[in-house]
Amino acid sequence: MHVARAIYTIWLREFKVFVRERSRIVGMIGQPLLYLLIVGTGISSGMSLNNAPGGMDYLKFMYPGIIGMSVLFTSIFSGASIIWDREFGFLKEVLVAPVPRWAVAVGKILGGATVASIQSAILAALAPVAGISLSVGVMVKLLLLSFLTSLAVTSLGVAIAARMESMQGFQMIMNFLVMPLYFLSGGMFPVQSAPAWMQKLMLVDPLTYGVDALRQVAFSHTTVELAPGLSAPLVEIARSGGLIRWDLGVDVAVMAAVTLVLAAAAAVSFSRAE
Amino acid sequence: MTEVIRVEGLVKRFGDFTAVDGVSFTVQQGEIFGFLGPNGAGKSTTIKILSTLLKPTSGTAILAGYDVVRQPNEVRQSIGMVFQDPALDNRLTAEEHLILHAMLYNVPRSVLAERIDQVLKMVGLADRRKSLVRTFSGGMRRRLEIARGLLHHPKVLFLDEPTVGLDPQTRAAIWEHVRRLRDEIGVTVFMTTHYMDEAENCDRIAIIDHGKIQAIDTPAALKRRIGGDLIIVTGDPGLQEDLAARYGVEVRRVGNELHFQVAAGAEFVPRVVADFPGRIRSIQVKQPSLDDVFLQLTGRAIRDEEASELDLMRQHARRVWGGRR
Ligand SMILES: Nc1ncnc2c1ncn2[C@@H]1O[C@H](COP(=O)(O)OP(=O)(O)O)[C@@H](O)[C@H]1O
Ligand SMILES: [Mg+2]
Repeated sequence: MHVARAIYTIWLREFKVFVRERSRIVGMIGQPLLYLLIVGTGISSGMSLNNAPGGMDYLKFMYPGIIGMSVLFTSIFSGASIIWDREFGFLKEVLVAPVPRWAVAVGKILGGATVASIQSAILAALAPVAGISLSVGVMVKLLLLSFLTSLAVTSLGVAIAARMESMQGFQMIMNFLVMPLYFLSGGMFPVQSAPAWMQKLMLVDPLTYGVDALRQVAFSHTTVELAPGLSAPLVEIARSGGLIRWDLGVDVAVMAAVTLVLAAAAAVSFSRAE
Repeated sequence: MTEVIRVEGLVKRFGDFTAVDGVSFTVQQGEIFGFLGPNGAGKSTTIKILSTLLKPTSGTAILAGYDVVRQPNEVRQSIGMVFQDPALDNRLTAEEHLILHAMLYNVPRSVLAERIDQVLKMVGLADRRKSLVRTFSGGMRRRLEIARGLLHHPKVLFLDEPTVGLDPQTRAAIWEHVRRLRDEIGVTVFMTTHYMDEAENCDRIAIIDHGKIQAIDTPAALKRRIGGDLIIVTGDPGLQEDLAARYGVEVRRVGNELHFQVAAGAEFVPRVVADFPGRIRSIQVKQPSLDDVFLQLTGRAIRDEEASELDLMRQHARRVWGGRR
Protein backbone atom coordinates (compact mmCIF):
# COMPACT_ATOMS: atom_id res chain seq x y z
CA MET A 1 0.00 0.00 0.00
CA HIS A 2 2.72 2.41 1.03
CA VAL A 3 4.82 1.22 -1.90
CA ALA A 4 1.94 1.88 -4.30
CA ARG A 5 1.68 5.40 -2.95
CA ALA A 6 5.42 5.91 -3.33
CA ILE A 7 5.24 4.81 -6.97
CA TYR A 8 2.32 7.16 -7.51
CA THR A 9 4.27 10.01 -5.90
CA ILE A 10 7.23 9.58 -8.24
CA TRP A 11 4.87 9.30 -11.21
CA LEU A 12 3.02 12.45 -10.14
CA ARG A 13 6.23 14.42 -9.85
CA GLU A 14 7.31 13.33 -13.32
CA PHE A 15 3.95 14.26 -14.79
CA LYS A 16 3.78 17.67 -13.12
CA VAL A 17 7.26 18.60 -14.23
CA PHE A 18 6.44 17.50 -17.79
CA VAL A 19 3.28 19.59 -17.94
CA ARG A 20 5.27 22.66 -16.92
CA GLU A 21 8.12 22.06 -19.37
CA ARG A 22 6.50 23.51 -22.46
CA SER A 23 9.74 23.96 -24.37
CA ARG A 24 10.56 20.30 -23.96
CA ILE A 25 7.13 19.26 -25.19
CA VAL A 26 7.45 21.47 -28.25
CA GLY A 27 10.94 20.14 -28.98
CA MET A 28 10.03 16.51 -28.56
CA ILE A 29 7.02 16.76 -30.87
CA GLY A 30 8.66 19.26 -33.19
CA GLN A 31 11.60 17.07 -34.07
CA PRO A 32 9.55 14.19 -35.53
CA LEU A 33 7.25 16.69 -37.20
CA LEU A 34 10.23 18.34 -38.83
CA TYR A 35 11.34 14.97 -40.17
CA LEU A 36 7.86 14.43 -41.47
CA LEU A 37 7.82 17.80 -43.19
CA ILE A 38 11.15 17.19 -44.90
CA VAL A 39 10.20 13.68 -45.87
CA GLY A 40 6.72 14.69 -46.91
CA THR A 41 7.68 17.58 -49.16
CA GLY A 42 11.08 16.57 -50.46
CA ILE A 43 12.54 13.16 -50.00
CA SER A 44 9.36 11.19 -50.40
CA SER A 45 8.96 12.21 -54.05
CA GLY A 46 12.53 11.33 -54.93
CA MET A 47 12.85 8.34 -52.70
CA SER A 48 10.63 5.42 -53.51
CA LEU A 49 10.49 2.12 -51.72
CA ASN A 50 12.21 -0.77 -53.43
CA ASN A 51 9.53 -3.02 -54.85
CA ALA A 52 6.92 -0.92 -53.13
CA PRO A 53 3.50 -2.46 -53.40
CA GLY A 54 0.94 -0.38 -55.26
CA GLY A 55 -0.89 2.12 -53.06
CA MET A 56 1.98 2.46 -50.59
CA ASP A 57 4.03 5.64 -50.59
CA TYR A 58 7.05 6.47 -48.46
CA LEU A 59 5.24 8.97 -46.29
CA LYS A 60 2.56 6.46 -45.27
CA PHE A 61 5.21 3.83 -44.73
CA MET A 62 7.26 6.09 -42.51
CA TYR A 63 4.53 7.69 -40.40
CA PRO A 64 4.26 4.90 -37.81
CA GLY A 65 8.06 4.93 -37.67
CA ILE A 66 7.92 8.64 -36.78
CA ILE A 67 5.64 7.83 -33.87
CA GLY A 68 8.11 5.13 -32.85
CA MET A 69 10.93 7.63 -33.08
CA SER A 70 9.13 10.09 -30.83
CA VAL A 71 8.49 7.34 -28.29
CA LEU A 72 12.12 6.23 -28.45
CA PHE A 73 13.69 9.66 -27.99
CA THR A 74 11.30 10.86 -25.31
CA SER A 75 11.52 7.65 -23.34
CA ILE A 76 15.27 7.27 -23.39
CA PHE A 77 15.58 10.90 -22.31
CA SER A 78 13.11 10.37 -19.46
CA GLY A 79 14.99 7.29 -18.34
CA ALA A 80 18.38 8.95 -18.50
CA SER A 81 17.16 12.03 -16.63
CA ILE A 82 17.36 9.85 -13.54
CA ILE A 83 21.09 10.68 -13.50
CA TRP A 84 20.29 14.33 -13.15
CA ASP A 85 17.42 13.84 -10.70
CA ARG A 86 19.54 11.67 -8.49
CA GLU A 87 22.35 14.20 -8.25
CA PHE A 88 20.49 17.52 -8.18
CA GLY A 89 16.74 17.01 -8.22
CA PHE A 90 13.84 15.90 -6.15
CA LEU A 91 14.85 12.28 -6.57
CA LYS A 92 17.94 12.78 -4.46
CA GLU A 93 15.76 13.45 -1.48
CA VAL A 94 13.59 10.45 -2.32
CA LEU A 95 16.64 8.22 -1.94
CA VAL A 96 16.66 8.80 1.84
CA ALA A 97 12.88 8.43 2.16
CA PRO A 98 11.51 5.23 3.69
CA VAL A 99 10.57 3.70 0.32
CA PRO A 100 12.29 0.88 -1.56
CA ARG A 101 14.55 1.82 -4.46
CA TRP A 102 12.79 -0.42 -6.92
CA ALA A 103 9.57 1.48 -6.29
CA VAL A 104 11.37 4.70 -7.21
CA ALA A 105 12.55 3.11 -10.47
CA VAL A 106 9.06 1.84 -11.27
CA GLY A 107 7.51 5.26 -10.60
CA LYS A 108 10.08 6.87 -12.84
CA ILE A 109 9.47 4.35 -15.63
CA LEU A 110 5.70 4.79 -15.45
CA GLY A 111 6.09 8.56 -15.44
CA GLY A 112 8.40 8.51 -18.46
CA ALA A 113 6.07 6.18 -20.35
CA THR A 114 3.08 8.38 -19.62
CA VAL A 115 4.85 11.45 -20.92
CA ALA A 116 6.02 9.67 -24.08
CA SER A 117 2.54 8.30 -24.75
CA ILE A 118 0.96 11.73 -24.53
CA GLN A 119 3.43 13.03 -27.09
CA SER A 120 2.89 10.13 -29.43
CA ALA A 121 -0.88 10.62 -29.13
CA ILE A 122 -0.46 14.17 -30.38
CA LEU A 123 1.64 12.89 -33.30
CA ALA A 124 -0.82 10.12 -34.04
CA ALA A 125 -3.66 12.62 -34.25
CA LEU A 126 -1.78 14.25 -37.14
CA ALA A 127 -1.69 11.03 -39.18
CA PRO A 128 -4.32 12.19 -41.70
CA VAL A 129 -1.64 14.60 -42.99
CA ALA A 130 0.13 11.51 -44.32
CA GLY A 131 -3.09 10.13 -45.81
CA ILE A 132 -3.78 7.74 -42.96
CA SER A 133 -7.34 7.62 -41.63
CA LEU A 134 -7.95 7.41 -37.91
CA SER A 135 -10.76 6.23 -35.70
CA VAL A 136 -11.18 6.34 -31.94
CA GLY A 137 -10.29 2.66 -31.81
CA VAL A 138 -7.09 3.24 -33.77
CA MET A 139 -6.08 6.15 -31.54
CA VAL A 140 -6.64 4.14 -28.37
CA LYS A 141 -4.62 1.23 -29.72
CA LEU A 142 -1.80 3.52 -30.84
CA LEU A 143 -1.75 5.06 -27.39
CA LEU A 144 -1.57 1.67 -25.69
CA LEU A 145 1.17 0.46 -28.04
CA SER A 146 3.14 3.67 -27.50
CA PHE A 147 2.81 3.17 -23.76
CA LEU A 148 4.08 -0.40 -23.97
CA THR A 149 7.00 0.50 -26.24
CA SER A 150 7.85 3.42 -24.07
CA LEU A 151 7.83 1.31 -20.89
CA ALA A 152 10.49 -0.86 -22.52
CA VAL A 153 12.66 2.05 -23.67
CA THR A 154 12.37 4.05 -20.43
CA SER A 155 13.34 0.93 -18.50
CA LEU A 156 16.37 0.58 -20.75
CA GLY A 157 17.24 4.22 -20.10
CA VAL A 158 16.94 3.79 -16.32
CA ALA A 159 18.85 0.50 -16.33
CA ILE A 160 21.83 2.13 -18.03
CA ALA A 161 21.62 5.53 -16.37
CA ALA A 162 21.39 4.08 -12.87
CA ARG A 163 25.02 3.06 -13.14
CA MET A 164 26.31 6.12 -14.92
CA GLU A 165 27.96 8.93 -13.02
CA SER A 166 27.72 11.84 -15.38
CA MET A 167 25.65 13.40 -18.11
CA GLN A 168 28.54 12.93 -20.53
CA GLY A 169 27.68 9.27 -20.62
CA PHE A 170 24.24 10.23 -21.83
CA GLN A 171 25.69 11.54 -25.10
CA MET A 172 27.34 8.16 -25.60
CA ILE A 173 24.02 6.43 -25.15
CA MET A 174 22.44 8.69 -27.73
CA ASN A 175 25.14 8.00 -30.31
CA PHE A 176 25.78 4.34 -29.85
CA LEU A 177 22.44 3.04 -28.73
CA VAL A 178 19.51 5.23 -29.60
CA MET A 179 20.36 6.04 -33.21
CA PRO A 180 21.10 2.39 -34.10
CA LEU A 181 17.92 1.31 -32.32
CA TYR A 182 15.98 3.70 -34.48
CA PHE A 183 17.66 2.98 -37.81
CA LEU A 184 17.39 -0.78 -37.27
CA SER A 185 13.73 -0.67 -36.26
CA GLY A 186 12.34 -0.77 -39.78
CA GLY A 187 10.87 2.67 -39.18
CA MET A 188 12.88 4.34 -41.93
CA PHE A 189 13.39 1.55 -44.44
CA PRO A 190 11.81 -1.87 -44.82
CA VAL A 191 13.66 -4.83 -43.42
CA GLN A 192 13.91 -6.61 -46.78
CA SER A 193 15.81 -3.77 -48.38
CA ALA A 194 18.67 -4.19 -45.89
CA PRO A 195 21.62 -6.56 -46.37
CA ALA A 196 21.29 -9.95 -44.71
CA TRP A 197 23.60 -9.21 -41.75
CA MET A 198 21.65 -6.07 -40.98
CA GLN A 199 18.36 -7.94 -41.17
CA LYS A 200 19.60 -10.18 -38.37
CA LEU A 201 20.39 -7.15 -36.23
CA MET A 202 16.97 -5.71 -37.02
CA LEU A 203 15.37 -8.86 -35.63
CA VAL A 204 17.00 -8.37 -32.24
CA ASP A 205 16.08 -4.68 -32.04
CA PRO A 206 13.00 -4.68 -29.78
CA LEU A 207 11.80 -1.49 -31.41
CA THR A 208 11.32 -3.47 -34.66
CA TYR A 209 8.35 -5.17 -33.07
CA GLY A 210 7.03 -1.93 -31.67
CA VAL A 211 7.16 -0.30 -35.11
CA ASP A 212 5.60 -3.38 -36.73
CA ALA A 213 2.71 -3.17 -34.28
CA LEU A 214 2.31 0.60 -34.64
CA ARG A 215 2.28 0.20 -38.41
CA GLN A 216 -0.44 -2.40 -38.58
CA VAL A 217 -2.62 -0.54 -36.13
CA ALA A 218 -2.07 2.82 -37.83
CA PHE A 219 -2.95 1.34 -41.21
CA SER A 220 -5.96 -0.60 -39.99
CA HIS A 221 -8.59 2.03 -40.74
CA THR A 222 -7.29 3.12 -44.14
CA THR A 223 -8.20 1.92 -47.61
CA VAL A 224 -6.47 3.17 -50.73
CA GLU A 225 -7.75 3.30 -54.31
CA LEU A 226 -5.43 1.33 -56.56
CA ALA A 227 -7.39 1.93 -59.77
CA PRO A 228 -10.80 3.46 -60.48
CA GLY A 229 -13.27 1.23 -58.74
CA LEU A 230 -10.56 -0.95 -57.18
CA SER A 231 -9.55 -0.25 -53.58
CA ALA A 232 -7.78 -2.32 -50.97
CA PRO A 233 -7.11 -2.07 -47.20
CA LEU A 234 -3.72 -0.49 -46.53
CA VAL A 235 -2.92 -3.22 -43.99
CA GLU A 236 -3.27 -5.92 -46.63
CA ILE A 237 -1.10 -4.00 -49.06
CA ALA A 238 1.59 -3.54 -46.43
CA ARG A 239 1.41 -7.14 -45.29
CA SER A 240 1.63 -8.58 -48.79
CA GLY A 241 4.59 -6.27 -49.47
CA GLY A 242 6.36 -7.56 -46.35
CA LEU A 243 6.16 -4.18 -44.59
CA ILE A 244 4.17 -5.77 -41.78
CA ARG A 245 5.76 -9.02 -40.75
CA TRP A 246 4.09 -10.43 -37.65
CA ASP A 247 0.67 -10.70 -36.11
CA LEU A 248 -0.19 -7.96 -33.65
CA GLY A 249 -0.31 -10.58 -30.88
CA VAL A 250 3.28 -11.63 -31.61
CA ASP A 251 4.51 -8.03 -31.60
CA VAL A 252 2.75 -7.27 -28.34
CA ALA A 253 3.99 -10.47 -26.72
CA VAL A 254 7.60 -9.73 -27.70
CA MET A 255 7.34 -6.12 -26.47
CA ALA A 256 5.73 -7.19 -23.21
CA ALA A 257 8.46 -9.76 -22.57
CA VAL A 258 11.19 -7.25 -23.38
CA THR A 259 9.51 -4.68 -21.12
CA LEU A 260 9.38 -7.08 -18.19
CA VAL A 261 13.04 -7.98 -18.55
CA LEU A 262 14.20 -4.37 -18.95
CA ALA A 263 12.00 -3.08 -16.12
CA ALA A 264 13.40 -5.75 -13.81
CA ALA A 265 16.91 -4.86 -14.94
CA ALA A 266 16.18 -1.19 -14.25
CA ALA A 267 14.82 -1.90 -10.77
CA VAL A 268 17.81 -4.08 -9.88
CA SER A 269 20.34 -1.70 -11.36
CA PHE A 270 18.83 1.28 -9.55
CA SER A 271 18.61 -0.60 -6.26
CA ARG A 272 22.27 -1.53 -6.36
CA ALA A 273 23.63 1.88 -7.28
CA GLU A 274 25.13 3.58 -4.24
CA MET B 1 19.40 14.02 28.36
CA THR B 2 18.86 11.20 25.93
CA GLU B 3 21.27 10.05 23.33
CA VAL B 4 20.02 10.23 19.71
CA ILE B 5 23.11 9.25 17.79
CA ARG B 6 25.83 6.83 18.84
CA VAL B 7 28.65 6.11 16.42
CA GLU B 8 31.44 3.68 17.23
CA GLY B 9 34.56 2.97 15.22
CA LEU B 10 33.02 3.97 11.92
CA VAL B 11 35.21 3.25 8.88
CA LYS B 12 34.46 3.80 5.19
CA ARG B 13 36.92 2.80 2.49
CA PHE B 14 36.58 3.48 -1.21
CA GLY B 15 38.97 0.95 -2.75
CA ASP B 16 42.15 1.43 -0.75
CA PHE B 17 41.35 5.05 0.11
CA THR B 18 40.01 5.53 3.65
CA ALA B 19 37.51 8.39 3.67
CA VAL B 20 36.26 7.85 7.25
CA ASP B 21 38.83 6.39 9.58
CA GLY B 22 37.49 5.05 12.89
CA VAL B 23 35.13 7.82 13.92
CA SER B 24 33.28 7.63 17.28
CA PHE B 25 30.94 10.15 18.90
CA THR B 26 27.52 10.59 20.49
CA VAL B 27 24.93 13.30 20.01
CA GLN B 28 22.31 14.21 22.63
CA GLN B 29 18.70 15.04 21.96
CA GLY B 30 18.15 18.72 21.17
CA GLU B 31 21.79 19.38 20.47
CA ILE B 32 23.19 21.27 17.50
CA PHE B 33 26.18 19.12 16.68
CA GLY B 34 28.66 20.19 14.03
CA PHE B 35 31.25 18.42 11.93
CA LEU B 36 33.96 20.93 11.09
CA GLY B 37 36.66 20.12 8.58
CA PRO B 38 38.13 21.01 5.20
CA ASN B 39 36.84 19.68 1.87
CA GLY B 40 37.49 15.98 1.58
CA ALA B 41 37.69 15.44 5.35
CA GLY B 42 34.92 12.82 5.26
CA LYS B 43 31.98 14.91 6.49
CA SER B 44 29.53 14.08 3.70
CA THR B 45 30.58 10.45 3.72
CA THR B 46 29.75 10.24 7.44
CA ILE B 47 26.35 11.86 6.84
CA LYS B 48 25.66 9.45 4.01
CA ILE B 49 26.38 6.50 6.28
CA LEU B 50 24.18 7.88 9.06
CA SER B 51 21.35 8.47 6.58
CA THR B 52 21.67 4.91 5.13
CA LEU B 53 22.85 6.06 1.69
CA LEU B 54 26.21 4.33 2.12
CA LYS B 55 27.12 1.17 3.99
CA PRO B 56 30.05 1.50 6.37
CA THR B 57 33.08 -0.74 5.81
CA SER B 58 33.09 -1.40 9.55
CA GLY B 59 31.85 0.06 12.81
CA THR B 60 28.34 0.76 14.06
CA ALA B 61 25.98 3.69 14.02
CA ILE B 62 22.76 3.80 16.04
CA LEU B 63 20.28 6.55 15.28
CA ALA B 64 17.14 7.12 17.37
CA GLY B 65 17.67 3.58 18.66
CA TYR B 66 17.90 1.99 15.21
CA ASP B 67 20.93 0.47 13.54
CA VAL B 68 21.66 2.24 10.25
CA VAL B 69 22.72 -0.99 8.52
CA ARG B 70 20.10 -3.39 9.87
CA GLN B 71 17.08 -1.07 10.22
CA PRO B 72 17.45 1.43 7.39
CA ASN B 73 13.72 2.04 6.97
CA GLU B 74 13.22 2.99 10.62
CA VAL B 75 16.26 5.23 10.46
CA ARG B 76 14.94 6.92 7.32
CA GLN B 77 11.61 7.66 8.94
CA SER B 78 13.48 9.26 11.87
CA ILE B 79 15.64 11.68 9.92
CA GLY B 80 15.27 14.75 7.75
CA MET B 81 17.95 15.56 5.21
CA VAL B 82 19.27 18.67 3.54
CA PHE B 83 22.01 17.67 1.12
CA GLN B 84 25.10 19.61 0.19
CA ASP B 85 23.68 20.02 -3.33
CA PRO B 86 20.15 21.32 -3.70
CA ALA B 87 17.53 18.63 -4.27
CA LEU B 88 14.58 20.63 -5.58
CA ASP B 89 12.70 20.77 -8.87
CA ASN B 90 12.54 24.25 -10.36
CA ARG B 91 9.22 23.49 -11.97
CA LEU B 92 7.38 22.52 -8.82
CA THR B 93 6.00 24.95 -6.25
CA ALA B 94 7.09 25.08 -2.62
CA GLU B 95 3.83 23.49 -1.58
CA GLU B 96 4.10 20.70 -4.16
CA HIS B 97 7.52 19.75 -2.83
CA LEU B 98 6.05 19.46 0.65
CA ILE B 99 3.01 17.46 -0.48
CA LEU B 100 5.14 14.97 -2.42
CA HIS B 101 7.42 14.63 0.59
CA ALA B 102 4.46 13.99 2.89
CA MET B 103 3.22 11.24 0.57
CA LEU B 104 6.57 9.49 0.76
CA TYR B 105 6.80 9.74 4.54
CA ASN B 106 3.21 8.74 5.32
CA VAL B 107 2.27 12.03 6.91
CA PRO B 108 -1.47 11.64 7.58
CA ARG B 109 -3.71 13.74 5.32
CA SER B 110 -5.59 15.09 8.32
CA VAL B 111 -2.55 16.94 9.67
CA LEU B 112 -0.90 17.80 6.34
CA ALA B 113 -2.32 21.31 5.85
CA GLU B 114 -1.44 22.29 9.38
CA ARG B 115 2.08 20.86 9.10
CA ILE B 116 2.75 22.65 5.83
CA ASP B 117 1.66 25.93 7.42
CA GLN B 118 3.81 25.24 10.42
CA VAL B 119 7.05 24.45 8.60
CA LEU B 120 6.66 27.22 6.02
CA LYS B 121 6.10 29.77 8.78
CA MET B 122 9.08 28.44 10.66
CA VAL B 123 11.41 29.19 7.74
CA GLY B 124 9.61 32.37 6.71
CA LEU B 125 8.23 31.14 3.40
CA ALA B 126 4.51 31.12 4.19
CA ASP B 127 3.79 33.78 1.58
CA ARG B 128 5.68 31.90 -1.17
CA ARG B 129 3.76 28.69 -0.79
CA LYS B 130 2.39 28.64 -4.34
CA SER B 131 5.49 30.00 -6.07
CA LEU B 132 7.59 27.90 -8.42
CA VAL B 133 10.97 27.10 -6.95
CA ARG B 134 12.67 28.53 -10.04
CA THR B 135 11.74 31.98 -8.74
CA PHE B 136 13.49 31.34 -5.40
CA SER B 137 16.88 32.73 -4.33
CA GLY B 138 19.57 30.40 -2.99
CA GLY B 139 18.66 31.20 0.61
CA MET B 140 14.97 30.57 0.01
CA ARG B 141 15.76 27.22 -1.59
CA ARG B 142 17.78 26.21 1.44
CA ARG B 143 15.00 27.27 3.76
CA LEU B 144 12.46 25.30 1.75
CA GLU B 145 14.67 22.24 1.98
CA ILE B 146 14.92 22.68 5.74
CA ALA B 147 11.13 23.01 5.96
CA ARG B 148 10.74 19.86 3.92
CA GLY B 149 13.22 17.98 6.08
CA LEU B 150 11.12 18.83 9.14
CA LEU B 151 7.70 18.02 7.67
CA HIS B 152 7.52 14.44 8.97
CA HIS B 153 8.77 15.47 12.44
CA PRO B 154 12.13 13.71 12.35
CA LYS B 155 14.23 13.16 15.46
CA VAL B 156 17.38 14.32 13.70
CA LEU B 157 17.79 16.90 10.96
CA PHE B 158 20.94 16.56 8.86
CA LEU B 159 22.30 19.67 7.21
CA ASP B 160 25.29 19.08 4.93
CA GLU B 161 27.04 22.41 4.40
CA PRO B 162 23.73 24.25 4.57
CA THR B 163 25.13 27.71 3.94
CA VAL B 164 27.75 27.05 1.28
CA GLY B 165 27.53 29.52 -1.59
CA LEU B 166 25.18 31.89 0.27
CA ASP B 167 25.90 35.52 1.12
CA PRO B 168 26.71 36.42 4.76
CA GLN B 169 23.28 37.87 5.57
CA THR B 170 21.50 34.80 4.23
CA ARG B 171 23.88 32.58 6.14
CA ALA B 172 23.11 34.40 9.36
CA ALA B 173 19.38 34.12 8.66
CA ILE B 174 19.63 30.37 8.08
CA TRP B 175 21.43 30.00 11.38
CA GLU B 176 18.77 31.94 13.17
CA HIS B 177 16.16 29.57 11.73
CA VAL B 178 18.14 26.51 12.77
CA ARG B 179 18.51 27.73 16.34
CA ARG B 180 14.81 28.56 16.49
CA LEU B 181 13.93 25.05 15.33
CA ARG B 182 15.97 23.56 18.09
CA ASP B 183 14.41 25.86 20.70
CA GLU B 184 10.82 25.51 19.45
CA ILE B 185 10.52 21.85 18.49
CA GLY B 186 13.59 20.37 20.12
CA VAL B 187 14.88 18.68 16.98
CA THR B 188 18.46 17.46 17.07
CA VAL B 189 20.58 19.05 14.35
CA PHE B 190 23.63 17.36 12.86
CA MET B 191 25.42 19.67 10.50
CA THR B 192 28.68 19.97 8.63
CA THR B 193 30.59 23.03 7.58
CA HIS B 194 34.02 24.12 6.51
CA TYR B 195 33.37 27.68 7.65
CA MET B 196 35.08 28.24 11.00
CA ASP B 197 32.95 31.19 11.99
CA GLU B 198 29.78 29.18 11.45
CA ALA B 199 30.83 26.34 13.64
CA GLU B 200 30.55 28.75 16.54
CA ASN B 201 26.78 28.36 16.27
CA CYS B 202 26.97 24.71 17.32
CA ASP B 203 26.57 23.45 20.86
CA ARG B 204 29.38 21.00 20.26
CA ILE B 205 31.81 20.50 17.40
CA ALA B 206 33.82 17.57 16.16
CA ILE B 207 36.88 18.72 14.26
CA ILE B 208 37.54 16.20 11.52
CA ASP B 209 40.51 15.92 9.20
CA HIS B 210 41.55 13.09 6.88
CA GLY B 211 38.64 11.00 8.14
CA LYS B 212 39.70 11.21 11.80
CA ILE B 213 38.15 13.20 14.61
CA GLN B 214 40.85 15.41 16.10
CA ALA B 215 38.78 16.85 18.95
CA ILE B 216 35.16 17.04 20.16
CA ASP B 217 33.95 19.75 22.51
CA THR B 218 32.01 22.97 22.83
CA PRO B 219 33.43 25.80 20.72
CA ALA B 220 34.42 27.63 23.89
CA ALA B 221 36.21 24.65 25.38
CA LEU B 222 38.06 23.99 22.13
CA LYS B 223 39.33 27.51 22.07
CA ARG B 224 40.32 27.33 25.69
CA ARG B 225 42.77 24.60 24.68
CA ILE B 226 44.70 27.27 22.83
CA GLY B 227 45.70 28.73 26.19
CA GLY B 228 42.95 31.10 27.11
CA ASP B 229 41.27 34.34 26.15
CA LEU B 230 42.61 37.79 25.72
CA ILE B 231 41.22 40.32 28.23
CA ILE B 232 41.40 44.00 27.33
CA VAL B 233 40.60 46.57 30.05
CA THR B 234 40.88 50.29 30.49
CA GLY B 235 40.78 51.90 33.92
CA ASP B 236 42.66 54.01 36.48
CA PRO B 237 46.47 54.44 36.32
CA GLY B 238 47.44 51.92 39.03
CA LEU B 239 45.46 49.08 37.53
CA GLN B 240 48.34 47.49 35.60
CA GLU B 241 50.37 46.56 38.69
CA ASP B 242 47.30 45.63 40.76
CA LEU B 243 45.98 43.22 38.14
CA ALA B 244 49.35 41.53 37.76
CA ALA B 245 49.72 41.14 41.50
CA ARG B 246 46.21 39.86 42.07
CA TYR B 247 46.04 37.21 39.30
CA GLY B 248 49.68 36.39 38.75
CA VAL B 249 49.57 37.26 35.05
CA GLU B 250 51.68 39.35 32.78
CA VAL B 251 49.83 42.59 31.96
CA ARG B 252 50.95 44.54 28.87
CA ARG B 253 50.06 48.15 28.17
CA VAL B 254 48.93 48.79 24.58
CA GLY B 255 48.15 52.48 24.18
CA ASN B 256 45.72 53.16 27.01
CA GLU B 257 44.55 49.52 27.07
CA LEU B 258 45.81 46.75 29.34
CA HIS B 259 46.12 43.28 27.73
CA PHE B 260 46.46 39.94 29.51
CA GLN B 261 45.45 36.29 29.08
CA VAL B 262 43.25 34.12 31.27
CA ALA B 263 41.90 30.59 30.83
CA ALA B 264 38.16 31.39 30.65
CA GLY B 265 37.52 34.99 29.73
CA ALA B 266 33.73 35.09 29.97
CA GLU B 267 33.77 33.76 33.52
CA PHE B 268 36.64 36.05 34.43
CA VAL B 269 34.78 39.28 33.61
CA PRO B 270 32.34 39.35 36.56
CA ARG B 271 35.18 38.39 38.88
CA VAL B 272 37.53 41.16 37.85
CA VAL B 273 34.69 43.70 37.96
CA ALA B 274 33.84 42.56 41.51
CA ASP B 275 37.51 42.53 42.60
CA PHE B 276 38.13 46.09 41.40
CA PRO B 277 34.88 47.95 42.04
CA GLY B 278 34.74 51.34 40.36
CA ARG B 279 38.24 51.11 38.92
CA ILE B 280 37.45 49.54 35.52
CA ARG B 281 36.11 51.78 32.76
CA SER B 282 35.70 49.16 30.02
CA ILE B 283 36.41 45.50 29.56
CA GLN B 284 36.56 43.23 26.50
CA VAL B 285 37.07 39.52 26.04
CA LYS B 286 38.67 38.38 22.80
CA GLN B 287 38.62 34.70 22.04
CA PRO B 288 41.02 32.80 19.90
CA SER B 289 39.17 31.68 16.73
CA LEU B 290 38.42 28.11 15.73
CA ASP B 291 40.90 28.75 12.92
CA ASP B 292 43.59 28.91 15.60
CA VAL B 293 42.26 25.65 17.08
CA PHE B 294 42.28 23.85 13.75
CA LEU B 295 45.75 25.14 13.02
CA GLN B 296 47.05 23.85 16.32
CA LEU B 297 45.36 20.43 15.97
CA THR B 298 46.32 19.71 12.38
CA GLY B 299 49.26 21.93 11.70
CA ARG B 300 47.56 23.67 8.78
CA ALA B 301 44.74 26.08 8.03
CA ILE B 302 41.44 25.02 6.47
CA ARG B 303 41.37 25.82 2.79
CA ASP B 304 39.41 24.75 -0.22
CA GLU B 305 41.06 21.81 -1.89
CA GLU B 306 40.98 21.49 -5.67
CA ALA B 307 37.68 20.67 -7.34
CA SER B 308 36.57 17.05 -7.27
CA GLU B 309 34.95 15.14 -10.10
CA LEU B 310 31.54 15.92 -8.65
CA ASP B 311 32.34 19.61 -8.40
CA LEU B 312 33.22 19.59 -12.08
CA MET B 313 29.92 17.91 -12.86
CA ARG B 314 28.13 20.52 -10.76
CA GLN B 315 29.74 23.33 -12.71
CA HIS B 316 28.98 21.64 -15.98
CA ALA B 317 25.42 21.06 -14.85
CA ARG B 318 24.93 24.68 -13.93
CA ARG B 319 26.18 25.77 -17.33
CA VAL B 320 24.18 23.35 -19.40
CA TRP B 321 21.01 23.02 -17.37
CA GLY B 322 21.13 26.08 -15.19
CA GLY B 323 18.34 28.00 -16.85
CA ARG B 324 16.22 25.00 -17.61
CA ARG B 325 15.24 23.33 -14.42
N1 LIG C 1 32.06 7.35 -3.94
C1 LIG C 1 33.35 7.68 -3.69
N2 LIG C 1 34.35 6.99 -4.27
C2 LIG C 1 35.65 7.31 -4.03
N3 LIG C 1 36.03 8.30 -3.21
C3 LIG C 1 35.08 9.03 -2.60
C4 LIG C 1 33.69 8.76 -2.81
N4 LIG C 1 32.97 9.63 -2.06
C5 LIG C 1 33.88 10.41 -1.43
N5 LIG C 1 35.14 10.05 -1.75
C6 LIG C 1 36.37 10.66 -1.21
O1 LIG C 1 36.32 10.60 0.17
C7 LIG C 1 36.84 11.78 0.74
C8 LIG C 1 35.84 12.40 1.67
O2 LIG C 1 34.76 12.93 0.92
P1 LIG C 1 33.57 13.71 1.59
O3 LIG C 1 33.01 12.89 2.69
O4 LIG C 1 32.65 14.12 0.51
O5 LIG C 1 34.31 14.99 2.18
P2 LIG C 1 33.70 16.33 2.76
O6 LIG C 1 32.22 16.23 2.73
O7 LIG C 1 34.25 16.43 4.13
O8 LIG C 1 34.20 17.44 1.88
C9 LIG C 1 37.22 12.69 -0.42
O9 LIG C 1 38.61 12.57 -0.64
C10 LIG C 1 36.45 12.13 -1.57
O10 LIG C 1 37.14 12.33 -2.78
MG1 LIG D 1 30.84 17.39 1.74
